Amino acid sequence: MQMSGMGIGAMMLPSVPVIGNPVSAEHLLESWMDAADKKKLTEIALNAARSKGATYTDVRIGRYLQQYLFTREKQVQNIVNAESYGIGIRVIANGTWGFSATSDVTADGIAKCAATAVAIAKANSKFQKEPVVLAEQKGVGDKVWKTPIVKNAFEIPVREKIDLLMNVNNKALEGGASFVTSNLFFVNEQKYFASSDGSFIDQDVHRIWPTFTVTVTDKAAGKFKTRDAISSPMGMGYEYLDGIASEKIAGPNGLVGYRNSYDMVEDAVTAARQAKEKITAKTVQAGKYDLVLDPNHLGLTIHESVGHPTELDRVLGYEANYAGTSFATLDKWQSKNFAYGSKLVNIVADKTQPHTLGAVGYDDEGVPCKEWDIIKDGILVNYQAIRDQVKIIGEKESHGCCYADNWNSVQFQRMPNISLKPGAEKRSVMDMIKGVEKGIYIIGRGSYSIDQQRYNFQFGGQVFYEIKNGELTGMLDDVAYQSNTQEFWNSCVQLCDKDDYRTFGSFFDGKGQPGQVSAVSHGSSTTRFNGVNVINTGRRI
Amino acid sequence: MAILSKEEAKKIIDKVLALSTADEISVGLSGDRSGNIRYARNSVSTSGETTDLSLSVTSVFGKKSGTATINEFDDASLEKTVRRAEEIAKLAPDNPEYMPMLGPQQFLETKSFAESTAAINPDFRAQAAFNSIDPCIKKNLTAAGFLQDSAGFSAMGNNKGLFGYNRATSVDFSITVRTADGTGSGYVARDYNDASKLDTKSATEVAMQKALASVNTKALEPGKYTVILEPTAGVDLLQNMMRSMDARNADEGRSFLGKKGGGTRLGEKLFDERVTIYSDPMNLEIPGSPFSGDGRPQEKVTWIEKGVVKNMYYSRFWAQKQGVKATPPPSGFIFEGGNESLADLIKGTEKGILVTRFWYIRAVDPQTLLYTGLTRDGTFYIENGQIKYPVKNFRFNESPVIMLNNVEAIGKPVRASGNLIPPLKIRDFTFTSLSDAV
Repeated sequence: MQMSGMGIGAMMLPSVPVIGNPVSAEHLLESWMDAADKKKLTEIALNAARSKGATYTDVRIGRYLQQYLFTREKQVQNIVNAESYGIGIRVIANGTWGFSATSDVTADGIAKCAATAVAIAKANSKFQKEPVVLAEQKGVGDKVWKTPIVKNAFEIPVREKIDLLMNVNNKALEGGASFVTSNLFFVNEQKYFASSDGSFIDQDVHRIWPTFTVTVTDKAAGKFKTRDAISSPMGMGYEYLDGIASEKIAGPNGLVGYRNSYDMVEDAVTAARQAKEKITAKTVQAGKYDLVLDPNHLGLTIHESVGHPTELDRVLGYEANYAGTSFATLDKWQSKNFAYGSKLVNIVADKTQPHTLGAVGYDDEGVPCKEWDIIKDGILVNYQAIRDQVKIIGEKESHGCCYADNWNSVQFQRMPNISLKPGAEKRSVMDMIKGVEKGIYIIGRGSYSIDQQRYNFQFGGQVFYEIKNGELTGMLDDVAYQSNTQEFWNSCVQLCDKDDYRTFGSFFDGKGQPGQVSAVSHGSSTTRFNGVNVINTGRRI
Repeated sequence: MAILSKEEAKKIIDKVLALSTADEISVGLSGDRSGNIRYARNSVSTSGETTDLSLSVTSVFGKKSGTATINEFDDASLEKTVRRAEEIAKLAPDNPEYMPMLGPQQFLETKSFAESTAAINPDFRAQAAFNSIDPCIKKNLTAAGFLQDSAGFSAMGNNKGLFGYNRATSVDFSITVRTADGTGSGYVARDYNDASKLDTKSATEVAMQKALASVNTKALEPGKYTVILEPTAGVDLLQNMMRSMDARNADEGRSFLGKKGGGTRLGEKLFDERVTIYSDPMNLEIPGSPFSGDGRPQEKVTWIEKGVVKNMYYSRFWAQKQGVKATPPPSGFIFEGGNESLADLIKGTEKGILVTRFWYIRAVDPQTLLYTGLTRDGTFYIENGQIKYPVKNFRFNESPVIMLNNVEAIGKPVRASGNLIPPLKIRDFTFTSLSDAV
């Protein structure tokens, strides 16, 4: 599920999750404890938990930094610099999980916190039907992993960031925008993991998301249209904003796709032009169309219709009261012939792909990260599972996709990067469009909704172009497509090749009660789906 | 102790205000104790409790403001926080829309705190979960539920003489019951300020009935149907609409309240004349905070009266620019209704569909407030005043504005997600496709 509030809410100050206390920008660069001191503190927790009766313990000391900038038109609305630090202790006692967290990172505070975690485990064990069994994970000893960034976004002066956003806003306004909001989001997770298995892992994780919304109003007609940025959140530093030419992918009609480098100003100019064009765009005639989906759009469809349904905790019913369960049940996987999609559909899970939001060295259970198949040649072959689940699918090793969004949140199974492999045959977007008789080319993330078992979905987009007899003939409006996950993926008939491959990202993916966010990427190349049901969303009030 | 008394809070705030060297300073002080228990597959999966007490200082020089927060309360820490807020403010860019802080205000005394909720402990939560899980196990059903409780206070003060203090409690419970084979599912949600009103067993029994009654669904063709929306179903769409009543967006021509040719639809009849929606922090069913986040007093406001748009909400900046009263957005709203129960509405329906709840509601078009989403956890066909059989879930594409022009009947309001919402009978509600989801 995606956190709401960024789409329509982009008109106002977006309601985004901020975790932590306000601090100065300079404070974000101050160094914290060194790894040796963190190790000593985690050992206090490991010993305290063991002495209270824990049979397994993991400890996460975390410092979570955020810098968010919000602007509209000519002014800065808000700058958030936030820091949150503390320790989270998870134990197994009496075969049951217990968790406790504290910001009191002293020997005494940690010992008390460990005792509370064990006490909670013991209290809850009264209701436990079967004991927790963890897949074996050998201790990895002392390890270090860092996101391979070139420019630390937190070291870039705030002034420079504001200048960039003001330039973006000015260019959009010059281009005919009536209103524009622009934002920069930077996250740095400094987290130290230790477990009673003998792992001591120090990780420094960076993420970035530049975005904007351009609005054009036509007061005489009483109409307004918006166009959001087609950037992607990335597991990168400030270098993502360099707008390197070699990372641009030229598309039809002068459209540009951005790979691992984003030109925010250029996109704002395009956005203003497209938002104006949307005001007078032809309303779509409902019916069946062949869809050509840009990676910056398809990523969200992958996220909702493949990412979430293949989370094993959902399949088993642990999310039944909130996000729901899944149609991708164990019997379908066991049959080894459940055709999730056409033979062209190969979906991989990973937490290793460079520049992605999911990339880390080890997950929040200390498991080394890897890549594995979810759908192979159209067949459902695996799920996303963590240490206390993999036995259910007959595996001995966790997939390494456990995550907690803060030191005070308990880690649980979260989506790794889930990506569609590009086609093997050489094919550009123009090649693909040439072969389409009646279709729609869709770019960007729009409205999205899917049922609680992930069968029926409806997606919109940012811009829609009509395709007639192999050519783009103009912009369409009021477009949304509705389909069923299995039908949709089985209608996949063509993929562009690796030269068109890009990642889409979700910066605030929500799951769990109490809710936690996580960030995840979805790679794909432009892909064609035949005969998809398109509805007209235009209404009069 | 996370819940300070009014006197204790004022003492700390006054101490912090005295440390200021800025043009303006405001201090927020809040604390709470919150806990939760989550269960699935008839077993507790997670549970925890946290306490927090934190102080937030906003310092202002001219039109530059900075905020710093701390959760330590010794004199040195307080001083450090004030200095840090001042440093951040000095480095901040000018905010051209900055509004000077408010002076003393009169706040209502709302009844938002209940001792019963403040007294919740881990045993209470475990028992509440047991009372919900146990009946499900006995009927071979599967329970997944979540209970979250909170008791806290918030206080604010500034160097212009404003001071406000309020205590509040809340308890939220939701339960999904599924049949063992996964072909039936039922849901109930309850929320209160006063935990003594919460009975997880009886709430679970309703969800159990819905789960058992929703197996063996029939598929109806998508299209326009008369629907009865239970309060849990109606609340999200209505809340989304009420949250879109920001005056600035309407004035700027990017809201459903914007008008062709410019201007807003304030004063226009936009809905059925039976539609009246207001907010009132003194309402005993949904007692609210006496003040908004920026210190404006909350009071009774009528937003929609007999179908006419009567008020929109304003930021202080925009209200000053437009020369109108700066009415803040409310925390919850009250949809006026009649005396008919949900059962009465069903009885009076010749043909229709009963909707327990909607799921994954997302905006499709902000211009028309068109939303999409799906029915979930109990959707039934009604014929001649009786529930006939369960039906497969639908996807809808509908606008609450259109919906509130197609009103057939309005029942007696009940609390849902902090609002008072009646069951609503609506004609021509648009279902656009079927879902196989249970």
